[in-house]
Amino acid sequence: MEGWIFFLFNGIVYGLLLFMMSSGLTLIFSMMGVLNFAHASFYMLGAYFAYQISTITGFWPGLIVAPVLVGCIGALVERYFLRTVHRHGHVAELLFTFGLAMLIEEAVVLIWGRNPVPYTVPPDLDFALFQIGGMSYSAYKIFMMAVSITMFVFLYGVIARTRIGQIIQAALTHPETVGTLGHNVPRIFMLVFGAGTGLAGLAGVIGGNAFVTEPGMARALGTIVFVVIIVGGLGSLTGAFIASLLIGVIQTTAVAIDVSLTDIFATVGLDLRNVPLHELWSKRISDVAPILPYLFMVLILVLRPRGLLGTRDS
Amino acid sequence: MIPGNRFLPLMLVAATIVILALLPHLFNSRYALTLLNQLGIGIVFALSYNMLLGQSGLLSFGHAVYFGLGGFTALHALNAITDGDLPLPVPLLPIVGGLMGLAVGIILGWVSTRRSGTIFAMISLGFAELVAASSNIMRGYFGGEEGISGDRMSGPVLFNLSMGPQRDVYYVIAAWMVISALLMYLITQTPLGRMANAVRDNPLRVAFVGYNPQTVRFLMFAISGFFAGIAGSLFAINFEIITAQAVGIEYSANVLMMAYIGGTGYFLGPVLGAIIYTALSIVLSAYTEAWMFYLGVFFIIVVLYAPNGVSGVLAVHEPVLRARLMHRLLPAYGLALVTAATLLAGAVVVIESSYHLSQPGALTATMNLAGIEFDADGWRPWAFGLGALALGALLLRETIHRVGHAWADVRHHLTGDAAT
Repeated sequence: MEGWIFFLFNGIVYGLLLFMMSSGLTLIFSMMGVLNFAHASFYMLGAYFAYQISTITGFWPGLIVAPVLVGCIGALVERYFLRTVHRHGHVAELLFTFGLAMLIEEAVVLIWGRNPVPYTVPPDLDFALFQIGGMSYSAYKIFMMAVSITMFVFLYGVIARTRIGQIIQAALTHPETVGTLGHNVPRIFMLVFGAGTGLAGLAGVIGGNAFVTEPGMARALGTIVFVVIIVGGLGSLTGAFIASLLIGVIQTTAVAIDVSLTDIFATVGLDLRNVPLHELWSKRISDVAPILPYLFMVLILVLRPRGLLGTRDS
Repeated sequence: MIPGNRFLPLMLVAATIVILALLPHLFNSRYALTLLNQLGIGIVFALSYNMLLGQSGLLSFGHAVYFGLGGFTALHALNAITDGDLPLPVPLLPIVGGLMGLAVGIILGWVSTRRSGTIFAMISLGFAELVAASSNIMRGYFGGEEGISGDRMSGPVLFNLSMGPQRDVYYVIAAWMVISALLMYLITQTPLGRMANAVRDNPLRVAFVGYNPQTVRFLMFAISGFFAGIAGSLFAINFEIITAQAVGIEYSANVLMMAYIGGTGYFLGPVLGAIIYTALSIVLSAYTEAWMFYLGVFFIIVVLYAPNGVSGVLAVHEPVLRARLMHRLLPAYGLALVTAATLLAGAVVVIESSYHLSQPGALTATMNLAGIEFDADGWRPWAFGLGALALGALLLRETIHRVGHAWADVRHHLTGDAAT
């Protein structure tokens, strides 16, 4: 039981991190129709910037500076490239961000090399805060949780309660109307893109040292974030939140389940040892953990193509 | 192409076959044959990809799934041939791999072609990751780290091809390339091919005409999987080994870039793209570690400034050539080329120097670029590189204006000709 609480806790921390990225991605998508393929690359940039800053000043300044830098880069990318490529249609936009993701990965290799960089948890937070049933809970994980939750309360407050938030909400569904009311819609797009990528950068700052900071980190997380927003339903923040936690928990707890489908079916008298793909069924759930999010996505696509809370088809 | 000439396509095909038959006699080194074989595989793969992107408007990030699974099936079949369990000549293996590509295309296409546009692209990526992650788990089928290997010199002999020498493999690949390309071209001429174009341009109107856009997308998707499977089988025959990399995102990205760089708007665009991309990656990777970076920059430049690819750029110049107005463009092009070269030289120095410094294996800062030795941590290369970069960028803005003026002039002449 104590073990389950531990895995659940880790799943929630990971899920909140996923939501930090998927919220920005889904906001950008529903506003501009741009699926930002390079979103996870901004996460990676956040981690690398924070590492570079931490070598000079320690961890804390990086927590603010790195996301702001990443957000500025994101805003510049929107202003000078995405807006240009927008004329050529959505496929070109998607391909541009795809190329950008590749380029950022190569640039990171160019500057910091192929090997992981020693970006570590700050010593102030590197201790076990409390114990439940012999499992120790690290203070840094609690800190990660606190940062993400603060971020969401703040984000929710901005979108739901402020004037700029209302304009953003209006621009989501009726960009032309907002434009005729005298608001600078392209600038709102640029700000949202900057904020979304900045949020991904923040996720990188707090996630980079909890996991590993290396050039492959964007690719590893990028597709999971896509899965999250498909499962949650495109354009839905609440959907993205539920899907993030769900996938975070699925991925971390699956590692702890030590039975296979063959075992499960054997208890009800079905023998799966000689049916097609028997190799797959005989694997323990813990071994197939990496493919579970994708299987979950396929299931959602078959049963509910618009996602858990999605309201529109494309 | 001159309209009304019905024999021109046939003559083109005949000429292609003659050239393909002569090529290994002209370039008979091992290196040349290896390159030609890879080109052939790339061409079939890129053409199959363009059935989705160019003809049906479906942007897939997971086309290597059908390529790779076709290749794995072909190698498993090859091993069955070697063991005497399957009486099939090796040159016919692509049929087996193609059928596997078709089967997987039917299963995955059934789910993914319900949607189009951006959602389809994301789903294709999800499937690609699903298969790539499965390859780590199903070690029996994918062979784990070592992959699956086989011996192509086995089974019944067809057309006197022992399949030992590279040249035999070349002929098999060339034959399959011609057959596949012809079939894919003919599909574009069928009602299905035409409806695919219509679905790409306006699915709603297709639905009003009485066709189901979803069915059209599904059929094109499955057929494209078949040809990708053929390409994968040719890969398996050529290398006699296949690893899980072949279903991975890198192969999917490669074929996407091939097709897009070549241009998706013309049937032969991806062929051009496969040639350019394969040649560039082979040449660049021989000289520099940063070759992926250069390819990425090239790809982004195509996306930003030439969305119809290289074939699109060529096609724009066709009427200019025919009106013999090329001389009006060339001076501006020459200037642009010089400034672009300056920019490129600066960028190369900066990129190579920083790459050199970031590699853990670099013991000294001394490096060699195009025969010139210098210290990557000194100020000289950076001053030169950044200087050339800035100068090139400044001048390029100016020369691009000139190219614009030259084009306005040519367009004026072209429309003037049409009016008289």
